[in-house]
Amino acid sequence: MSENVKELKLNKKRKMATEEIVFEVCNAIFLILFAVVTLYPVLNTLAISFNDGNDAVRGGIHLWPRIFSIRSYEEIIFNRPSIRQGLIVTVARTVIGTFTSLAANALLSFILSRKKFLFKSGLSLFWIITMYASAGLIPGLILFRYLHLTSSFMVYIIPGMVSAFNVMVMRTYMAGIPDSLEEAAQLEGAGYMTVFVKIVTPLCTPVYATIALFQAVYHWNSWFDAMLYNRFDPQYTTLQFELRKLLDSVSASTGGQQAGTSATAASVATIVPVTVRAAATIATMAPILALYPFLQRYFVSGLTIGGVKE
Amino acid sequence: MENTTTTSKAPAKQDVTKPRLTAEEFKKEFKRQWILIAIGAVYVVYGLIFNYLPLLGWIMAFQDYKYAKGFTGSEWVGLGKFQFLFSDNTFLMVIRNTFAMGVLNLVFSTVFAIGFAILLNEVRHTWFKKTIQTISYMPHFLSWIIVVAIVHDALTSTGIINEILMNLKIVQKPYPFLQKEAWFWPIVTFSHLWKETGWNAIIYLAAITSIDPCLYESASIDGAGRFQKIWYVTIPGIRPTIMILLLMNLGNVLNAGFEIQYLLGNDLVRDVSRTIDIYILDWALDGRNIDFSLGTAAGIFKTFVSMTFILVSNYIAKKKGDERLF
Repeated sequence: MSENVKELKLNKKRKMATEEIVFEVCNAIFLILFAVVTLYPVLNTLAISFNDGNDAVRGGIHLWPRIFSIRSYEEIIFNRPSIRQGLIVTVARTVIGTFTSLAANALLSFILSRKKFLFKSGLSLFWIITMYASAGLIPGLILFRYLHLTSSFMVYIIPGMVSAFNVMVMRTYMAGIPDSLEEAAQLEGAGYMTVFVKIVTPLCTPVYATIALFQAVYHWNSWFDAMLYNRFDPQYTTLQFELRKLLDSVSASTGGQQAGTSATAASVATIVPVTVRAAATIATMAPILALYPFLQRYFVSGLTIGGVKE
Repeated sequence: MENTTTTSKAPAKQDVTKPRLTAEEFKKEFKRQWILIAIGAVYVVYGLIFNYLPLLGWIMAFQDYKYAKGFTGSEWVGLGKFQFLFSDNTFLMVIRNTFAMGVLNLVFSTVFAIGFAILLNEVRHTWFKKTIQTISYMPHFLSWIIVVAIVHDALTSTGIINEILMNLKIVQKPYPFLQKEAWFWPIVTFSHLWKETGWNAIIYLAAITSIDPCLYESASIDGAGRFQKIWYVTIPGIRPTIMILLLMNLGNVLNAGFEIQYLLGNDLVRDVSRTIDIYILDWALDGRNIDFSLGTAAGIFKTFVSMTFILVSNYIAKKKGDERLF
């Protein structure tokens, strides 16, 4: 009798163990497949970018170049001034834009997180409304024309400087800093600005880093504002916009009609060799790919601080 | 749960407990925090210019606005532009497209992100888990221009997808995915999944880690297997997070339709690819027939529908007892 029960229990355990193993193996295979699907296109583009241009047309290149060549990179670095100009503008807007918007958002968050601030709820509401009531693309375009922001570099920096969403995330974080620190500093004679610079800012490094990372990625990747506001000003073009022109020159030159990737792609492909397109793509994504693994801990913590994903 | 929904602490709570200030105290406090008020005023001016002033541009929707004539010189047409919009088949079509792709994206993104988070959470080897996760959110940082290029290259006649299909003898000659209307929505949905699944999973993973381990232990003692633990412990544990994010994304459903559709669309699929944003952009940029008034009217429609969605989802969230979004 008791033997039987023991046997049954053992059987059950064994069954569970096999179930566990099957699950683990299937799960691992699935996750590896997921990683392959994610990585393959990038590695494939990398391989094509290092292949010889004429040979690549034959197709069939997967993870390794067939005939190695760095010609395409030389081409985009030395022979395409518009890409170089795009790179300069993009670096400038990424550095300046990230810094200014971080400062602007942090200062507003600081004010809104002061418990004694007299107009706290009023000013909060003023900015929360902006998250929902967006006027749309055309009124913005016309306003920027009146303000002479179109055909200028400043259109990348000034209009998007304050983001109500980021302010709400930072405000929540700042509100969690104990009041006693501020009170102690004020007893010593520190004003609000000293509290902001010397006390709040050092304690907010994680959330600052998160917001700065999001802003930097946003600036690095943006192309739409370049197309909309600076279409006729090649000196203010951005890297992504130039990449787009390279990948599909027809759509860019007509200034935004959805161009045929189908009918026209064939003719475009003969103008811009596939390897040059690949090299430009890799060059554009390289800085982000090189940096993001090191910034992981910031955005993972930042997402959970803010409690919101973007 | 705590750490996932603290986006905004309702300021109202503190205002209730704050004693009303007398005029004298107010004056004193005003003087003490003049610098905060001065800076706040700067932000109000900035917000008025860049966020509120454009709303005045909405009067364009009731005019036949010509840039050269300005707001004062343009002719008033009442609701004429709106009447045109709702009798325009293209407009009705872009509304359908926007909603369809928005909803597809919402449903699949949520399901895949949750599924991926759960599977990743079941992995025991830390380095394997870390590696997969690091890879998984890489595409989030790529621009849509690059993602569209990747998707395009994978689906062309010489792309990897057709290569696989031909090697498996499923198709005889390359299948033109990008030229088929029926494939456009699935491709857009898949592109979103490729780009954002790993990123969206971060928040669910955080929610899973905050589940009390005791629950898993007691489930094991009761003889629950892997699947049962997932079904009876993990999923109920992250249910509030799922609800909040779902409602929040519901408010954004109309905003899901611009870049990829604009970049990936072509003349052969334009009936299913064009969204409200693209429609507006066409009225703004298409050299031959620019009509700022129509574009603005369509923008007003979009803003109002979006706001309705947000208010409704906010209301549902409140009613269900979960914390409000904002």
